[in-house]
Amino acid sequence: MPDLVQLRPEGLYCPAGDFYIDPWRPVATAVLTHGHGDHARVGMGQYHTSAAGLPILQWRLGEQRYHVHEYGEVFQLGAARVSLHPAGHVLGSAQVRVEAGGEVWVVSGDYKRQPDPTCAPFEVVPCDTFITEATFGLPIYRWPDTAQVARDIVQWRDHCAARGEAAILYCYALGKAQRVLAELAPYTDRPVFLHGAIATGVDVYRGAGIALAATELVADDGAAAGARAAGFAGELILAPPSAAGSAWLRRFRRAQHGFASGWMRLRGNRRRRNMDRGFVVSDHADWPDLLRTIRETGASRVIATHGDTDALVRTLNESGVAAETLATHYGEDD
Amino acid sequence: MKRFADLYQELDRSTATSDKRAALVAYFGAAPPRDAAWALYLLAGGKITGARRKVAGSAELRAWAAEASNTAPWLLDASYDQVGDLAETLALLMPDPDAAALAPDRGLADWIEETLLPVANRDEAERRAVVVDAWRGLAFGERLVFNKLLTGALRVGVSQRMVQQALAEMSGIPIARIAQRMLGTWQPSPAFLRDLLSAEELPGDRQQPYPFFLASPLEAEPATLGAPEEWQIEWKWDGIRAQLIRRHAEVALWSRGEERLDGRFPEVEAAAAELDTDCVIDGELLAWQDDAAEPMPFAALQTRIQRLKPGPKWLAEAPVKMLAYDLLERDGADLRELPQHERRAQLEALLARHPDPRLTVSPLVRVPGWEAAAALREESRARGVEGFMLKRASAPYQSGRRRGDWWKWKIDPLTIDAVLLYAQAGHGRRSTLYTDYTFGVWDGETLVPIAKAYSGLDDKEILELDRWLRAHTRERFGPVRSVEPVQVFELGFEGVNLSRRHKSGVAVRFPRILRWRRDKPAAEADQLDALKALAR
Repeated sequence: MPDLVQLRPEGLYCPAGDFYIDPWRPVATAVLTHGHGDHARVGMGQYHTSAAGLPILQWRLGEQRYHVHEYGEVFQLGAARVSLHPAGHVLGSAQVRVEAGGEVWVVSGDYKRQPDPTCAPFEVVPCDTFITEATFGLPIYRWPDTAQVARDIVQWRDHCAARGEAAILYCYALGKAQRVLAELAPYTDRPVFLHGAIATGVDVYRGAGIALAATELVADDGAAAGARAAGFAGELILAPPSAAGSAWLRRFRRAQHGFASGWMRLRGNRRRRNMDRGFVVSDHADWPDLLRTIRETGASRVIATHGDTDALVRTLNESGVAAETLATHYGEDD
Repeated sequence: MKRFADLYQELDRSTATSDKRAALVAYFGAAPPRDAAWALYLLAGGKITGARRKVAGSAELRAWAAEASNTAPWLLDASYDQVGDLAETLALLMPDPDAAALAPDRGLADWIEETLLPVANRDEAERRAVVVDAWRGLAFGERLVFNKLLTGALRVGVSQRMVQQALAEMSGIPIARIAQRMLGTWQPSPAFLRDLLSAEELPGDRQQPYPFFLASPLEAEPATLGAPEEWQIEWKWDGIRAQLIRRHAEVALWSRGEERLDGRFPEVEAAAAELDTDCVIDGELLAWQDDAAEPMPFAALQTRIQRLKPGPKWLAEAPVKMLAYDLLERDGADLRELPQHERRAQLEALLARHPDPRLTVSPLVRVPGWEAAAALREESRARGVEGFMLKRASAPYQSGRRRGDWWKWKIDPLTIDAVLLYAQAGHGRRSTLYTDYTFGVWDGETLVPIAKAYSGLDDKEILELDRWLRAHTRERFGPVRSVEPVQVFELGFEGVNLSRRHKSGVAVRFPRILRWRRDKPAAEADQLDALKALAR
């Protein structure tokens, strides 16, 4: 029997259902795992998405032909029974379960196992073949407790306040920024300032009923007047990584720069980006969770799609799980 | 250890020199003297282990960590490739102890003196037990620093001078005195630290060399320096910078690398013994045949460096002389604050009383203007020198690399177009990028490696090349990748020597990348014969 999911130039293809999962070239039918730019692209005839992911796609892709599905709801595409299950990566992120010819495959998309107040927790979906991400596929990647990291961020802001500096924290505009705001909420009453590129996503999350720390816009003349006069000294500011080194930073008289990402686990990454602080907060599974998840799915075959696949594939093969790599176009941002 | 680990973290984080210095001042002000002495030793580049004092080799550390963290050895190596720092890799791989397993905090000196040094050179099992036990009881930050103690270098972006500045700020002792007292080898102890920061003149102070004043490369046109009369121009020799110390009629020779060279160059020591005055002379050691117009190549001097008490054969084959260019002390008086031209006059007067071909002044170059100097500089290669030294006539003798008064105006390097063959990840902030490159030139139909270079590209080019070579890798040998031989780079270097130790038959000196020749196909890179023709 041919593979239920195959690699084609357009993306991951399911012949039984004649649809693609997170395709990178225009196709008729796309099933999306989540809204990040390397997984959700414009140009598809129609999109299948989780209900929780819809507002994010509307924000990122505009109005399209969307088919919306609750988590766990089964829908038929051709000869394939398809359902979406929480991946715990960002709001609305989903694993895609495909069943046809008596076989079950699950495509993980990006996922994590750590608790995240902004999205539904990862669900273990038993399957024969598990297509997994491997962004952090080395044992050096083990995530610390996120609540502790949130306390570290607040402590860093206090440290900057004592020095008359702004604390600019770079984080991806979809998912990471909102997760940081949600994790910060129990530890601070002070509003967090936002770069414009992050504010839209924050509105989308709030619209979905997710509790976040209070925020204000850096560019809002009224609300930010006092902070601006002080060069935002002592304030925490969230900005997308693309703002680093840009003219936008001129408004901050003196500032420290931090980055919230799993890549900050390595000092070399932090120093290469010239960051004063690295905060280890990741929306991907760390090494122990990759292995645990693969074990828990009960899959007898594992296909790693993106990230440090070599080490994961060899480790699985040495432990008796048949594993291989598929070369996809998904990125390794975190 | 916690206090030292916190200092390490602060130094590692801060990008501003003033923050680093403040962290050092705070540490040295608060740490117990025993710990502070070891911290100073480590920050100054000292190592607690070495060839004669082995606690853990890097292969042992890998093996122990692989087993203790239940990581396959190949997976540990793959992790190391990504991290680029062994101490950090091992700290990351070992699980964090839970609160109950955390060992009570012990001072840095306690760890070194009571735990690590006592097991040095013992059986592997004994050394291993101590190290693995430490890993299991230390939190991440301390584990990292503990591993740094074992792997040798802290690499935390702190220069010796910065540490000295912090100590000077803290104690009020002039930095020059502190720097001088830290020269050479010393044992980290509270007594050393007390003497280091003592306001009194100590007997030992009179046996030490002065910290060397180092020149900076001249990047601007010399005309920007003002009138040439304000400058003392000398040839820039390609030898070993050294201080010749004669005090109480005893002679010592120190290299710029703070090594005692005593006994290695008896001809120079003999010449110094003949002098009628105690003095400290700054100059250059060169291999130089008696009647030759120019010095022998550096390779000749190299044959003498490690040779204690060289026999007559070596003294004849590569005789060494010292060209003196500065006088730092005379009859016990520190002359460093005198202007350059006065020190020079005193130096000339001193050596004139004892004409000896083994110890002579480095001649001044007299030219009517910068243009004439530039023209004369073109002869450098033929004269066996590297260009000019420009020293401000009115300047005192300072310490370290201070810009402004001493410039090295070197000749443009030789250049060659070579093909990128291999790449390896760098260290420190470049540890996640491939930044160490090996280049080759054509020997008939094949490319032979001729040089490694680590610098010369800007950050953007490094990133671009990193991405390119990951996508165009032919083979991987551990941390090294061989890449498709298509990228051509113009390399600059200071000289070429024939060499039997290198497969290509040549050794290039100080190679670096001048630019990326995207316009050049690999077939048009240079031939090995062209390089051999340049060899001296």
